[in-house]
Amino acid sequence: MADASALDTFPKLMRHNAQVRGGRPAMREKSLGIWQTWTWSEAQEEVKAFAMGLRALGIKRGDKVLIVGDNRPKLYWTMVTAQAIGAVPVPVYQDSVAKEMAYVVDHAGARVAVVEDQEQVDKLLEIRDDVPSLETIIYQDDRGLRHYTQPFLKNYPAVLDAGRAVLAKEPGSYDREVDAAKGADDSIMLYTSGTTGKPKGVVLTFDNVLSMAKAGVEFEKLTDKEEVLAYLPMAWVGDHVFSFGQSYVAGFCVSCPESGATVMHDLRELGPTYFFAPPRIFENLLTSVTIRMQDASRFKQRWFKYFLDLAKRVGEKILNGEAVSPGDRIKYRLGEFFVYGPLKNVLGFTRIRLAYTAGEAIGPEIFQFYRSLGINLKQLYGSTEASVFVTIQPNGEIRADTVGKAIPGVELKLADDGEVLFRSPGVFKEYFKNPEATADTKTADGWVHTGDAGMMTSEGHLRIIDRAKDVGKLNDGSLFAPKFLENKLKFYPNIKEAVAFGHQRDYVTAFINLDQEAMGSWAERNNVSYASYQELAGNPRVREIIEGHIREVNADLAKDPQMAPTQIRRFLILHKELDADDGELTRTRKVRRSTILERYEPLITALYDGSDQVHIETQVTFEDGREGVLKADLEIVDLSQNQSRKEAA
Amino acid sequence: MTETAAPATAEANPMAPPERRFGAPMLTVDSISLSFGGVKALTNISFDILEHEIRAIIGPNGAGKTSMLNVINGFYHPQEGTITYKGNVRSAMRPHMAAAQGIARTFQNVALFKGMSTLDNIMTGRILKMHNVRAPETGVWGLDHVLSFGAGALDFVTQCLYWGPNEKEEIRQRTYCEEIIDFLEIQDIRKTPVGRLPYGLQKRVELARALAMEPELLLLDEPMAGMNVEEKEDMSRFILDVNDEFGMTIALIEHDMGVVMDISDRVVVLDYGRKLADGTPDEVRSDQGVIDAYLGVAH
Repeated sequence: MADASALDTFPKLMRHNAQVRGGRPAMREKSLGIWQTWTWSEAQEEVKAFAMGLRALGIKRGDKVLIVGDNRPKLYWTMVTAQAIGAVPVPVYQDSVAKEMAYVVDHAGARVAVVEDQEQVDKLLEIRDDVPSLETIIYQDDRGLRHYTQPFLKNYPAVLDAGRAVLAKEPGSYDREVDAAKGADDSIMLYTSGTTGKPKGVVLTFDNVLSMAKAGVEFEKLTDKEEVLAYLPMAWVGDHVFSFGQSYVAGFCVSCPESGATVMHDLRELGPTYFFAPPRIFENLLTSVTIRMQDASRFKQRWFKYFLDLAKRVGEKILNGEAVSPGDRIKYRLGEFFVYGPLKNVLGFTRIRLAYTAGEAIGPEIFQFYRSLGINLKQLYGSTEASVFVTIQPNGEIRADTVGKAIPGVELKLADDGEVLFRSPGVFKEYFKNPEATADTKTADGWVHTGDAGMMTSEGHLRIIDRAKDVGKLNDGSLFAPKFLENKLKFYPNIKEAVAFGHQRDYVTAFINLDQEAMGSWAERNNVSYASYQELAGNPRVREIIEGHIREVNADLAKDPQMAPTQIRRFLILHKELDADDGELTRTRKVRRSTILERYEPLITALYDGSDQVHIETQVTFEDGREGVLKADLEIVDLSQNQSRKEAA
Repeated sequence: MTETAAPATAEANPMAPPERRFGAPMLTVDSISLSFGGVKALTNISFDILEHEIRAIIGPNGAGKTSMLNVINGFYHPQEGTITYKGNVRSAMRPHMAAAQGIARTFQNVALFKGMSTLDNIMTGRILKMHNVRAPETGVWGLDHVLSFGAGALDFVTQCLYWGPNEKEEIRQRTYCEEIIDFLEIQDIRKTPVGRLPYGLQKRVELARALAMEPELLLLDEPMAGMNVEEKEDMSRFILDVNDEFGMTIALIEHDMGVVMDISDRVVVLDYGRKLADGTPDEVRSDQGVIDAYLGVAH
């Protein structure tokens, strides 16, 4: 029998929160344009009823419960509900196509799926014949489902009612179920997006998630007064810890946006105090601010520029508590009143106390922009296998190019080939039904291979260079880190995505994806007309701009003797945007190198055979799952000729 | 509509659409002819629209489709023929009377208030549903109008004050609009001026405004013109859902044959102002006259 008084599982923590802060908000959701709030005790009541409802459907301890949908309070409660009766929740990315979902359902052996709406129900119905384990589908939004009469489809309120009936008869049944669990039990299974091969189900125990959630809460001194917006996929470990784990540990309220498209409005209305976003979102926000300022009056533009220059000079120092002259402090205060304050208000960052970014490298200028406004933006490094946290930048030690120090409880070391290894209480139990992969990743004494190549700075900060297996060599033997180059390119607002090639080649080449928003705004201001992304990408003036960016990157690389040989010699602008639906990116928008090598083989050949034009036909998948073919003729730009001419002159 | 008959068949084929059931004719047009000077826009057209039905009106350019819609909602007055709406025969009617009787429409070239937000545009659709606004019953000015004008002036004064019954009324109407916004998934553009929206979204806002009128008969003039494939699919789904969940009868004009054949229950085909064919999509598709009109025929 487990110790019932210990707060070692989420259902126990929820019961605890309902007792000590029952009247405080636990979750919010915007419905019909108005924020609806549930307190901890209201949430607890709903979870109790749903838990008994699930049990009445025959869900037993150890069963898997699939969860699919946007961030919704009811889906978060489904997680803790499943855990309460000893089942393991398995959240799935809501935009996965049916095929991807079938693999996860089948591999996990999920018996019940709790989904948001018709879209997800339709996907599951499509694959139902291939996944015999799936017995019941419970949906929360019945729009469009009135005529679905299959007996295995259940409406969420109906299950809730059934559960309430059980609770009325045996009031103590919920608590008995909750008390039967202990910290070492499986708490959740998260499928990794899988940059290579099939997704793997990472099994985390309550101890894993709770230890790291607690470590994060203590490290950053989070309280139950925090406000968090849950908008990243529930199937992602970060969201699971930031919007679920830490909320239960610290007792703060988590809010769900009205829809995926309203996140920015909701962010502004809510004003979170604790916020996580991948670098891409910070980049997009800055891009939209820049674009809007270009349309502002000349006076406002100068005003904006003056105070932003000031912020760039002293803002970060003030945030870090360093010495700044009184005059600058007063001017910064003025700036706060006239520019920074209103700007943060527009972005929804007025109350922000702590912001994290991770997953990719963030451009130093973008990073410094937010910090100079007084937003405490930090980088962290983590993974699903670590229950998120490995390193965090401590306050006052923020650098644009590192990911910080190991947090208390985490040990870190570098292998001989530069691979980063860590050991912590958050280290995952296993990959589900995959002991070989588990053994490959986790050593017998608990060290986890991250697959990332890194180095330690003199301050003891970790710096990540690239995926260890992606680091290659040019034919002349010099080191080639594609991600390092790609990140340098992506720091330009006009470039959304870049893919660099060079391993076992004579020189480095690259594919470029334009940022349609930034480039489109440029096109509008310069009277360049275009009908589609493809046409914009083929425009010679656009090519010139990109060429300019690449020359700058090359000049920067040339300064570093180690990196100088990896200057980009030839490049082309892709005719389509890289897309997760085509398998070119993962669901978390990381480049899938192997797929790209395969799909665009003729383009890569052309980059190396000296031709200046290439024809390509690409199979594409539309959002509704249908497929089509995209044809294009692409120009290849060669930078070496001009350079050698310059050298000659 | 009852739902009891469905399970047996649904189990056999879960993806099969539910059986469609229709009521009595909601609107019948009988021998309508309309001409502008010497131009004959419509000649002797007769057809009916059943309750709960999705009725498509198709035809090549200039066939008289929009004229037909304008006749139905009282904008044009046909020289000959009768229109029977919900059992009452009428020969001529003004658009605002049609609106009061439960006919709403959207337009081929979007007709929204460009400077107003999406929400405000939808709210304008609620005007006839506000408790203190009455549509005049006759087209002639009389005491009735003077009184309603006086009442309107009083309402105007009370509405300037936020509190009291008007606050409740505002909340009631806003709730209904928010439900439509939720239904059509346009939450993110709630506060955006419609002039800034792309065309496909403007079309959706126009549908939202028409829905806000809680019409019994919804007339859609080319709801999918100028849309890409995904937008068309969304719009088709919304039209089917409107028909299904709100039980509205829908008459629509559309050029995209794939869409028409997919979503409509019956189709009437016009060509040069005459009725060419009338029947289910399958019947119409195999009609030789229709094939000739669309593909052209050797003379």
